[in-house]
Amino acid sequence: MRKIVTSVIAGIGLALACGTSVRAQDKELTIFWAEWDPANYLQELVNDYTAETGVKVTVQTTPWPDFQTKAFTEFNAHGDAYDMVVGDSQWLGAGSTQGHYVDLTDFFNQHKLTDVMAPATIKYYAEYPGGSGKYWAIPLEGDAIGWSYRKDWFEDPKEKEAFKAKYGYDLDVPKTYTQLRDIAEFFHRPDQKRYGVAIYTDNSYDAMAMGVESAIFSYGGDLGDYATYKVDGITNSKQAAAGLDMYKELYKFTPPGWGKTFFVEDNQAITGGLAAMSMNFFAFFPPLVNKATNPYADVTGFFANPAGPDGKRFAALGGQGISVVSYSKNKDEAMKFLEWFIKDETQKKWAELGGYTCSQAVLKSEAFQNATPYNKAFYDTMFMVKDFWATPEYAEVLDQLNQNIYPFVVGGKGTAQEALDKTAADWKATFTKYNRYK
Amino acid sequence: MASVALTNLDPASRAAARGWSDLTIRNMFIIPTLVFLIVFNIFPLIYSLGYSFTNFAANRSEPWQFVGLQNYRELLTDDHIWSNFVITAKYVIVSVAGQMIVGFGLALLLNRSFPMKGLITTLLLLPMMMSAAVVGLFWQLLYSPSWGPINYVFGLGDFAWLSNPDSALYAVAITDIWMWSPFVMLLSLAGLSAVPQHLYEAAAIDRASWWYTFTRITLPLVSPILLIALIFRTMEAFKTFDIAYTMTTQPTAELIAIRLYKQAFQQWDTGKSCALAYIVLIMVLAITNLYVKYLNKVKER
Repeated sequence: MRKIVTSVIAGIGLALACGTSVRAQDKELTIFWAEWDPANYLQELVNDYTAETGVKVTVQTTPWPDFQTKAFTEFNAHGDAYDMVVGDSQWLGAGSTQGHYVDLTDFFNQHKLTDVMAPATIKYYAEYPGGSGKYWAIPLEGDAIGWSYRKDWFEDPKEKEAFKAKYGYDLDVPKTYTQLRDIAEFFHRPDQKRYGVAIYTDNSYDAMAMGVESAIFSYGGDLGDYATYKVDGITNSKQAAAGLDMYKELYKFTPPGWGKTFFVEDNQAITGGLAAMSMNFFAFFPPLVNKATNPYADVTGFFANPAGPDGKRFAALGGQGISVVSYSKNKDEAMKFLEWFIKDETQKKWAELGGYTCSQAVLKSEAFQNATPYNKAFYDTMFMVKDFWATPEYAEVLDQLNQNIYPFVVGGKGTAQEALDKTAADWKATFTKYNRYK
Repeated sequence: MASVALTNLDPASRAAARGWSDLTIRNMFIIPTLVFLIVFNIFPLIYSLGYSFTNFAANRSEPWQFVGLQNYRELLTDDHIWSNFVITAKYVIVSVAGQMIVGFGLALLLNRSFPMKGLITTLLLLPMMMSAAVVGLFWQLLYSPSWGPINYVFGLGDFAWLSNPDSALYAVAITDIWMWSPFVMLLSLAGLSAVPQHLYEAAAIDRASWWYTFTRITLPLVSPILLIALIFRTMEAFKTFDIAYTMTTQPTAELIAIRLYKQAFQQWDTGKSCALAYIVLIMVLAITNLYVKYLNKVKER
């Protein structure tokens, strides 16, 4: 008996020893990201790196709703399953202060990345705390909220005439939220199975928050002072409430059952011929210009988020930077990979494959801006983006926002002001709990 | 005492040849299970009880502090949590009652001989064998106001089952009833087939009405097994997570298990989550205990 046990243990030990040594020889890198098209483009891109260096790079993915949970479960366990992670901008606080991410400040300064990447992407995907000059990620996928619309509906002379008669101005791509609302109302014809607009309402992660904050920012509101954590009078300002009211107003003109919607549903609203306009992150636009996935590809157009009543114009930031996980056993190898990734020719190839590069040089090039019908709108948007809280307790803050605004927008309970007053109170309590007001 | 009950080893067996006693063999079977249970069940249970009195957060490196009953106090005075409990109670009542009625009804229908009885019974059991997440996703499509067959068949037009704050919870409960009625049916069927046939024959001779036979013979004899089904389904319904989580994000359908998940794995408020888990555990235990007491009473009759 004892002999058997000893040999089994020895066998397991040997297998483990072999496993680790094989891994070290082969040099493998694992990048963790969410399951979507850009992750496939990234896998294509890194195959070039494997061809050049012999280091095998795998992009591992998980569905969006599990992305945050799975990544942080691994971080909290100090696991080395992932060498690099393409994390959401909101994770920077937790990633940096809890020691999950490797400090990339030296790497940034050495390669002068502040001049290479677009300013907004550095501010939101890389730097934490804001303005500190400490960097934790390399901007990888730029992204923001934009809109797709049905060009054929907008350009129909009969519709144009009827619109002008009803609203007194020409039917065109909306420049303000009020125009967006009018157009949504105009095209909302449930009896014809046609609806005005598709927006985000899923409250299981940040989908609804991204849609709502785009409206709040454009109306001149803010979610709070990210430097001092002041929320009273900012989160629940009149402007913010007006923005939230507008979002609720838009919900009236959505297709039926629009209560748990994110990028899949919003793209379906266009591909299924349901809605005149649809909100989505730019990263989800490629299928809309592909005839195989969108029967209306030829007649689908794109525009950047419209302005609020005072002409202010912002859009919620999506997108991610790539960070090195501090528990990885291949940190040096990962740094070498990053050096390859920031090269101009890599960034150019990345954009060609369908990735949204953050490289200023590529973004500004004519070739990039004319490559797709939505690249110009993307370029415009990337210079007017604002983001959600990136504080380590952002998940709690996000949940509180969801709990207060969802019943108002989808359930029609209470008023915008009440929802935001409650949010401000909840946030203040949370920030107090984490000693943010020192 | 236990060794007395064991039969002696056959002296010719291989175990005896190796010099193992029957006690050794018994231990070989029991100890791994015990170790597994202690390591993966009992130890975490006790450990999490400890955590529930601290402000420990699994995603923070700062040391945690002992906070006494603060987590419990905060949870029990939190309106959100109470509304989650009310939602869960509504859900448990609707879904378990539905399952008992549908399941027992099906069992009554199946408790006679007719052609292809075996095949039909097996087909009826299928929902229970599916993964809850898959069931949730399919029912989400069935309920869809744009292309779902449910609204089409019942002529409900654009009624948004899952986006309507008032109907979302009941839509999830209906799905749960569809999935788990077969379980109640199976148990009831076992109970029904055990009712001695001569009782029905005697009742028939006495010209007892159908209702009288049902309430005086069928129900009393099946009730212990029905109660067991009730206990299982209540416990499970109380803990429902997967179906509801995949189907809707309505706050009016946020069951306590979903709140617990969000608190534990999205916000990483580990200490408070442990406290909430204990509150849920105590509630489930209390309800189950009531049932078990009643079950014993029924059995005595």
